Amino acid sequence: MNLTAIRAIYFFEMSRALRSIGQSLISPVLSTSLYFVVFGAAIGSRIEEVEGVPYGAFIVPGLIMLTVLTQATSAAAFGIYFPKFIGTLDEVLSAPMSFFEVTLGYVGAAATKALFIGLVILGTAFFFVDLSIAHPLWMAAFLVLTCLSFALLGFIIGIWAENFDQLQLVPLLVITPLVFLGGSFYSITMLPPAWQTVSLFNPVVYLVSGFRWSFFGQADVAVGVSLAMILVFLALCLGAIWIIFRTGWKLRK
Amino acid sequence: MPEPIVTIRDLVKRYDDGFEALSGVDLDIREGEILALLGPNGAGKTTLISSICGITRPTSGTITVGGHDTQTDWRRARDLIGLVPQEVKLEPFEMVAKTVAFSRGLFGKPHDPALIQRVLDSLSLGDKAGTPNMALSGGMKRRVLIAKALSHEPRVLFLDEPTAGVDVELRRGMWEVVADLKAQGVTIILTTHYIEEAEAIADRVAVIDRGRIRLVEETAALMARMGRKEMTVTLADPIKTLPGTLAEHGLTLSEDGYAVTYVFDSRAERTGLTRLLSDLLATGVRVTDVTTRQSSLEEIFVGLTNAAETGEAR
Ligand SMILES: Nc1ncnc2c1ncn2[C@@H]1O[C@H](COP(=O)(O)OP(=O)(O)OP(=O)(O)O)[C@@H](O)[C@H]1O
Ligand SMILES: [Mg+2]
Repeated sequence: MNLTAIRAIYFFEMSRALRSIGQSLISPVLSTSLYFVVFGAAIGSRIEEVEGVPYGAFIVPGLIMLTVLTQATSAAAFGIYFPKFIGTLDEVLSAPMSFFEVTLGYVGAAATKALFIGLVILGTAFFFVDLSIAHPLWMAAFLVLTCLSFALLGFIIGIWAENFDQLQLVPLLVITPLVFLGGSFYSITMLPPAWQTVSLFNPVVYLVSGFRWSFFGQADVAVGVSLAMILVFLALCLGAIWIIFRTGWKLRK
Repeated sequence: MPEPIVTIRDLVKRYDDGFEALSGVDLDIREGEILALLGPNGAGKTTLISSICGITRPTSGTITVGGHDTQTDWRRARDLIGLVPQEVKLEPFEMVAKTVAFSRGLFGKPHDPALIQRVLDSLSLGDKAGTPNMALSGGMKRRVLIAKALSHEPRVLFLDEPTAGVDVELRRGMWEVVADLKAQGVTIILTTHYIEEAEAIADRVAVIDRGRIRLVEETAALMARMGRKEMTVTLADPIKTLPGTLAEHGLTLSEDGYAVTYVFDSRAERTGLTRLLSDLLATGVRVTDVTTRQSSLEEIFVGLTNAAETGEAR
């Protein structure tokens, strides 16, 4: 394992992120606060408790997931797209590094950035609602796994994208609907049975459900299933990246 | 003869659009030499270098570097290689020193700021360490690329037109850097459009054209073997026209009438020199000087690729 090389990519990417840390933070924090005001205070006051949890608190895990998913995906997509676009990726491809090492460097940095933003939003949430976390360690584990798996997805998008439009469009077209339909703001048990079944094909359902369980101790699907699905998703992304590097698709001429 | 440091066997590269950029390249590069890769635009120089460095995937053929196959034992092969790409590609906002340190890290070498500074100094970039790449001039950026390649102490260094866009003084400075590296035992392969560059620093010259290596030869031997020579005879008194017997020799007379020039092939069985000189003396002109000049590599090169062209057209 070329640890030095992984570290080189990781810290290079982190310093790029640090240069614009203000911008990276302000937008998610602001929009989450707006969600709290609108959903939590305005609408939430008219909605009864969901499964025994006040609505304002109920949406916190979903909101964090919404931001973390979007951030992890776009950070990783941009992280690999930019060097591909300006041509500095050639050097990385000619370095004595395996696909796994390259991926770990870029995806690790994007996941770290998303994780940090997720924690800041969690901190923000405490200003708006009463919150207690039932299983802090599981909460951390779900958060990290989510950051990693969606950074992997973003990494694939970044390799695939051929222009800036594609780079932004896909996260918007894929991630946002998945998250909104993934039970961020409601329990999927509130849906008609047919839609509940459809929802089970949405990976975000398992993330949000598992994550919510770590806060409140209750879930739409069994926690074990959630965890297993995340790991399957993660493995699928890794497999796809392995194939991409293997064939040189979009990377090597 | 010791093992070559780089061996290329029957290398073919067909791009996705079906274009064959390399059509069966065979080449051995000796350890410690400076090899100049010469060829016109689109000959396949960059494709060849990219294939060795792992940026381009060869369609078929094998490449070894330091005895390691670049396909199967790529990690150990790439450990040895440094590449200065033809196109300037740098992170615009990053500092010079950090960009260079990044390259060292990528190749798994431990952090070494003193070494990075030495490399920058050797390329007259010492005072630019803290400058963002985008604030550098074109020639400086090119030198940053060289610094990046040197930062991980390669044993084989590929320079794809390293002195394009670099001023004359700095070009000489770069030649010195290359000579120093050679003295340290680094093998250097450079492509260039400046023929005098190959002539000045290369031990051997490989000519590539339309995806094939046309010739590999010691620079000096190539000059001697293939050199067209030019003999100029300076006369004491000017003449207006060439006297009868001399006209058949294909001489050119200078405008002022003081010099006649004869071009001949020094490799040829018959150079025509003997007959020309005796004919010249027979006319009774008084000669004050005779000089001969070897044609430059550039002239040889143009002649060679033209020959290949007409050869194929037939
Ligand atoms: N990605 C690509 N797809 C298709 N054809 C390509 C690609 N890259 C290069 N070629 C073609 O391959 C041939 C060789 O290109 P290459 O860049 O190796 O030439 P070169 O010898 O380096 O030329 P130059 O002196 O201009 O740098 C050219 O005809 C070029 O058009
Ligand atoms: Mg080229």
